[in-house]
Amino acid sequence: MATETQTGAAEQGAGLAFHPMDQFIVKPLFGDGAVGLFTVTNVTLWMALTVLAIIGLMVLGTSSRSTIPSRIQSVAELCYGFIRKMVEDVAGKDALPYFPYVMTLFLFILFSNFLGLIPGSFTTTSHIAVTAVLAMLVFLTVTLMGFIKHGAGFLSLFWISSAPLPLRPILALIEVISYFVRPVSHSIRLAGNMMAGHAVIKVFAAFAPMIILSTGIGLIVTPMSILAITAIYALEVLVSFIQAYVFTILTCVYLKDALHPHH
Amino acid sequence: MEGDIVQMGAYIGAGLACTGMGGAALGVGHVVGNFLSGALRNPSAAAGQTATMFIGIAFAEALGIFSFLVALLLMFAV
Repeated sequence: MATETQTGAAEQGAGLAFHPMDQFIVKPLFGDGAVGLFTVTNVTLWMALTVLAIIGLMVLGTSSRSTIPSRIQSVAELCYGFIRKMVEDVAGKDALPYFPYVMTLFLFILFSNFLGLIPGSFTTTSHIAVTAVLAMLVFLTVTLMGFIKHGAGFLSLFWISSAPLPLRPILALIEVISYFVRPVSHSIRLAGNMMAGHAVIKVFAAFAPMIILSTGIGLIVTPMSILAITAIYALEVLVSFIQAYVFTILTCVYLKDALHPHH
Repeated sequence: MEGDIVQMGAYIGAGLACTGMGGAALGVGHVVGNFLSGALRNPSAAAGQTATMFIGIAFAEALGIFSFLVALLLMFAV
């Protein structure tokens, strides 16, 4: 798909200075051979940077542990407190053993979203391959945990006992379908938001050098598109956070369903 | 010639799929608007319900994202 985009834009001689989807091409970091299973690509680099940034924040933030926190310690404590409160509020007190998993998910998604906003970087979460793994992991964990904790009683999640009896089989069918659509929507929401947002920035960025091509229309288009990039960039910072938040809060909701399947 | 018509259909379809975004916009606006109108009547209860609002937004928005996905599939996969 990615290489098609590149050649497609080149063949048509499109008006844009570069194709807005070019930023999502997975390419090897060293040389330009084919991408195999163990090739070090730009995805590998930015995922490693994400993990390093998280380790940096948490290790530096918790190294001094002073009563009056430094700035980095405040940020680390803020992240911890925020997610802990979310797990407690949404999934309940007995979900706290799963707090480290939820925290890891949140930090990984948040940091890769934010690092993807750096110009010239690569957004790992914009690829469905990455988010699908995260979402499938949540789905499998939650389903397995539900069956281990409640056995066949977990299936009462689909049998809504508060509904009138004739309606229950129909509702059960709908519940089963919506249960299996969960990992799909869970992963595509994150990937789609990231991909669409970053592509919008790049579309406006491609219009920005218009002033070089023609000074007439460029005098209007260039300042307008630079203003638009600034505004959309600010919006994207917000969206990056909200999507990480939404992903984790949905994980908490699914955890709650697995821990308390009885309606 | 035949390939051109297929490509034209794919491009038209991708454009039509974008109307789904309007639906998602209506849905998200409805969720947040109702949340605000409730929150302004009873501000003390609002803080506890922001998480629920975000879950609602996420569900409404997911279907808009699906339309974006259909557009992408038509552009690059067909």
